[in-house]
Amino acid sequence: MKKIHVIASAVTLTAVMSTSAFAGATLDEVKKKGFVQCGVSTGLPGFSSADEKGNWSGLDVDVCRAVAAAVFGDAAKVKYTPLTAKERFTALQSGEIDMLPRNTTWTLTRDTSLGLNFAGVNYYDGQGFMVTKSLGVKSALELDGASFCIQAGTTTELNLADYFRANNMKYTPVTFDSSDETVKAFDAGRCDALTSDQSQLYALRIKLGNPDGAIVLPEIISKEPLGPVVAQGDDEWFNIVRWSLFAMVNAEELGISSANVDEKKASTDPNIRRLLGLEGIKGSGLGLSDDWAVNIVKQVGNYGESFERNVGAGSSLKISRGLNALWNKGGLQYAPPIR
Amino acid sequence: MADELRNVPVPAKPALWRRPAVRSLVFQILLVAGIGFFGYTIFQNTLHNLEQRGISTGFGFLENEAGFGILMTLIPFDETYTYGRTFLVGLLNTLLVASLGIFFATIIGFIMGVARLSRNWIISRLATIYIEVFRNIPLLLQIMFWYFAVLRPLPGPRQSLIFNDTLFLSNRGLYMPSPVYEQGFWLVVVALAVAIVASIMIIRWAHKRQEATGEQFHSVYASIGLIVGLPLLAFFMMGMPLSWDFPVLQRFNMAGGMVVIPELAALLVALSIYTGAFIAEAVRSGILAVSHGQTEAARALGLRPGPTLRLVIIPQALRVIIPQLTSQYLNLTKNSSLATAIGYPDLVAVFAGTTLNQTGQAVEVIAMTMAVYLAISLTISLFMNWYNKRIQLVER
Repeated sequence: MKKIHVIASAVTLTAVMSTSAFAGATLDEVKKKGFVQCGVSTGLPGFSSADEKGNWSGLDVDVCRAVAAAVFGDAAKVKYTPLTAKERFTALQSGEIDMLPRNTTWTLTRDTSLGLNFAGVNYYDGQGFMVTKSLGVKSALELDGASFCIQAGTTTELNLADYFRANNMKYTPVTFDSSDETVKAFDAGRCDALTSDQSQLYALRIKLGNPDGAIVLPEIISKEPLGPVVAQGDDEWFNIVRWSLFAMVNAEELGISSANVDEKKASTDPNIRRLLGLEGIKGSGLGLSDDWAVNIVKQVGNYGESFERNVGAGSSLKISRGLNALWNKGGLQYAPPIR
Repeated sequence: MADELRNVPVPAKPALWRRPAVRSLVFQILLVAGIGFFGYTIFQNTLHNLEQRGISTGFGFLENEAGFGILMTLIPFDETYTYGRTFLVGLLNTLLVASLGIFFATIIGFIMGVARLSRNWIISRLATIYIEVFRNIPLLLQIMFWYFAVLRPLPGPRQSLIFNDTLFLSNRGLYMPSPVYEQGFWLVVVALAVAIVASIMIIRWAHKRQEATGEQFHSVYASIGLIVGLPLLAFFMMGMPLSWDFPVLQRFNMAGGMVVIPELAALLVALSIYTGAFIAEAVRSGILAVSHGQTEAARALGLRPGPTLRLVIIPQALRVIIPQLTSQYLNLTKNSSLATAIGYPDLVAVFAGTTLNQTGQAVEVIAMTMAVYLAISLTISLFMNWYNKRIQLVER
């Protein structure tokens, strides 16, 4: 099925491509069909996963919902396409999806040779290792000769190779298509360690038969800035996705949350008034209604709310803000000003 | 009379567009031009679109360093090799599983096909059950069954099942000692080659002599003796130039020796058993297609059951079996691409999977992958057609 998927996308690339895309076309098309088609993972708790009723939630899903709120004033107008790591770029290139917030690492190669643009960073991550406690391993440097379960087609595969080459150690890669298969293989003992972005390790650990039997090693071996991706060539759509994310970060910085957004409309702080579309450029720069940011904050929440709800204290993952705290709180999340 | 004849009007040559030959030629040229134009348009359109979307094109990426590791490689490979090399690695892994699969499926198929025709009730029923069960369950499910249900629950490497201190079976695979060839082993190889050539010559000579004089010669025993004996002689003459590298348990895995990874084992077992069931039916149909009169005639000539089967039935049955066998071989090769479901690093998983994803060059990678499967299939097809011609009835 996956093969068919890739082939179908490749065929679409060859034949139909001229029909879609370019300057403003995506926004028009999205408005016409009435929803945002959003590529997400096949199930990664905290980032994008569906509950038993088929409702998607997660930090990545919230980016889609924010864009839908900005465009339609209704965060629910999103349809989701679950994609494996292997399928994701082809799906975006062929226009099958409008945007791809799928814990995807921003790299030079991807940004320049795939015909894609990264619209920002919604999670600063790094690659780590998870091993079973019974192995007695305390550091990744003790893993010489171990075998690793990895998801195919990720930067993880490349970082692992780099790390072991740099430390002059040997390893055996065992690659699977989906993160689900990967974690199952690790659970069954097909490999000694599971390696992935550290946030994912915590998310995947929940899926283990005995989550307490596994530990995440302290080493972070790479930089993994994860962010939403859009197809290259439509700057207007690129701006909408990028600024939807910035609006969430700015809202947190300005203390605007889903709970108090209506009260804040009475604020006299010009920064708040500009974000809420009460003065300044409002929505015209993006080609959206003036209350685009209000809708985002009201329906999705600010970045901090989204973080806590999906991966932070309010979730089962309990990941601390760390690098993802706001810039003025010791983290890296920083959005350009709305003015 | 003559006048009348002369007056019969010579039919005027029909106009150019009414001549059948010209017309058909024109239409054929138009058709070819149309198809050519269609292909050209798609090609140009693709290039144009890819360029406009800022997606890199061309096969230059094959020269770039791959930067990722592969679970099983038949040729030296590490992350410093190129994407082109990942193509080779994947291709060889595909060819390995396909050729082993064809080998085992053929053996299983022939045994089961004959068994289903057996007069022994139990044997024929068992063969029937095997064929009907494995032919009617989707292959992907069977692959997953062998991988997830049979091989996954095996114990970890530290609790390996050990056979005779040489074979170690765990969920990491089957580890066995690998041969280490020492100096002087070349003579054994040479001896084997000489023995094979000599055997072929003996069989030919025996065949000719039998045709000429009717005298039989036990060429089979002679060849077996040669092929086993000569290399053994060389082996002892050179002072046994062979030692074994035994797998040793290290901190995480076994190291050293050879390993059959569980992904390969599951895929191979599933492919062989699934395709074997189809081949069994082909074999049965072939044998049934030879009329019973042939057997009776052979008996009447005084041939014993063994030679009857070998010299009369099977050569005729093969003519029916081979074309079906060809398509089963093609199916098996193409089905091997299901490997990607369980993480066996075949061409689709490695090249059309990881390489495609790391480079993003979907059109080139998918085109190359499809071309390879086409080439493998056509090669098998050509070979089987050649073999089919060779065993066809020669009318004298």
